[in-house]
Amino acid sequence: MSTLHTVSNSPFENNAFKSCLDHVTAGDTILLIEDSVVGARKAGSFGKEIGKALANCRVCALAPDLSARGIAADTVLDGIELVDYGGFVDLAAEHERTQAWL
Amino acid sequence: MKFGILVTEGPYQHQASDTAYQFTKAALEKGHEIFRVFFYNDGVNNGTRLMVPPQDDRNLQKNWTELAEEHQLDLVVCVAAAQRRGVLDASEAKRAGKDADNIAPGFRISGLGQLVEAGIIADRLMVFGD
Amino acid sequence: MSDIEAPDAEGGVVKKFMFVNRKSPHGTVYAVESLEVVLISAAFDQDVSLAFLDDGVFQIVKQQDTSGLGIKNFSPAYRALGDFEITKLYVEQEALDERGLTADDLMEIMYEDEDDDYEEKPSVRVVGRGELSKLMSEQDVLLSF
Repeated sequence: MSTLHTVSNSPFENNAFKSCLDHVTAGDTILLIEDSVVGARKAGSFGKEIGKALANCRVCALAPDLSARGIAADTVLDGIELVDYGGFVDLAAEHERTQAWL
Repeated sequence: MKFGILVTEGPYQHQASDTAYQFTKAALEKGHEIFRVFFYNDGVNNGTRLMVPPQDDRNLQKNWTELAEEHQLDLVVCVAAAQRRGVLDASEAKRAGKDADNIAPGFRISGLGQLVEAGIIADRLMVFGD
Repeated sequence: MSDIEAPDAEGGVVKKFMFVNRKSPHGTVYAVESLEVVLISAAFDQDVSLAFLDDGVFQIVKQQDTSGLGIKNFSPAYRALGDFEITKLYVEQEALDERGLTADDLMEIMYEDEDDDYEEKPSVRVVGRGELSKLMSEQDVLLSF
């Protein structure tokens, strides 16, 4: 009965991303879209927050949003899976519900 | 699978409508059904035909209208949110005593019940906002 | 639950809807327009609940006075939710704590329990983060604005 959580805001801008991490259930998936992908850089300070979530959740990021912000795949935190829009659709279909953290 | 889509931000200011559009297109390409796309909050502004973006930019209203024509999508703009923000069809314009309407082809104006209904009937309701 | 094949009309299907409120009222339109959907949803006989977390807890604090803003104060409408049989308002304890609020700072929102001789009961339930997360994970539809 797992949930797909979508996050669209930068963790450096407001607490939506942090709040999402605080409310996920083990086995859920978090998908980073839009500005939230700026938190996915392994050299960035939010990487370790995402790293903690990776212990019991799957974390994905929308590749077109990374590319658009000049974030190369090899600079993204290890463990984060990259998906395209089709992959986004698959994730939404595979999970019982989607929760958008706005 | 049946998806319902909710868009709560207007065009250009936020990426929400772009992401919702790309998601909807990808879902259709995968053979899923889009039960309805509902535009609420500032999202109603996606439904004005009067937007004139520069030639080299995407026209979000046109994108939605063309996708709706191609796949018989139900694009619904919330009436209360639309009235507040000046998005009107001919009958709403007449009722409110306005001299013009601006709803784009492929969009229709209806009540919030259409959103709740989408939540009930769709297998998944996707929210795109900011 | 969410994989039930719904009939063409909504007749007969009862889904769990949760409205997730994370934003302060008045600064943006999200709180009031979320409440408008909540009120409409009551007509559909669904299992509706509201969650207030992060700054969303300010949506139901008492003594809101918007007279200096020129913006209508819609907060009394939360107190009418019981009349629409919307009786589950979950407020996160941690969100209150972080903001220096307690349950006493919240409006008294009551409903009449028709299964208990119409006794007046509080609709607001303060729950811990873990319990709220669990409630969220049991929904069919999560609407956030």
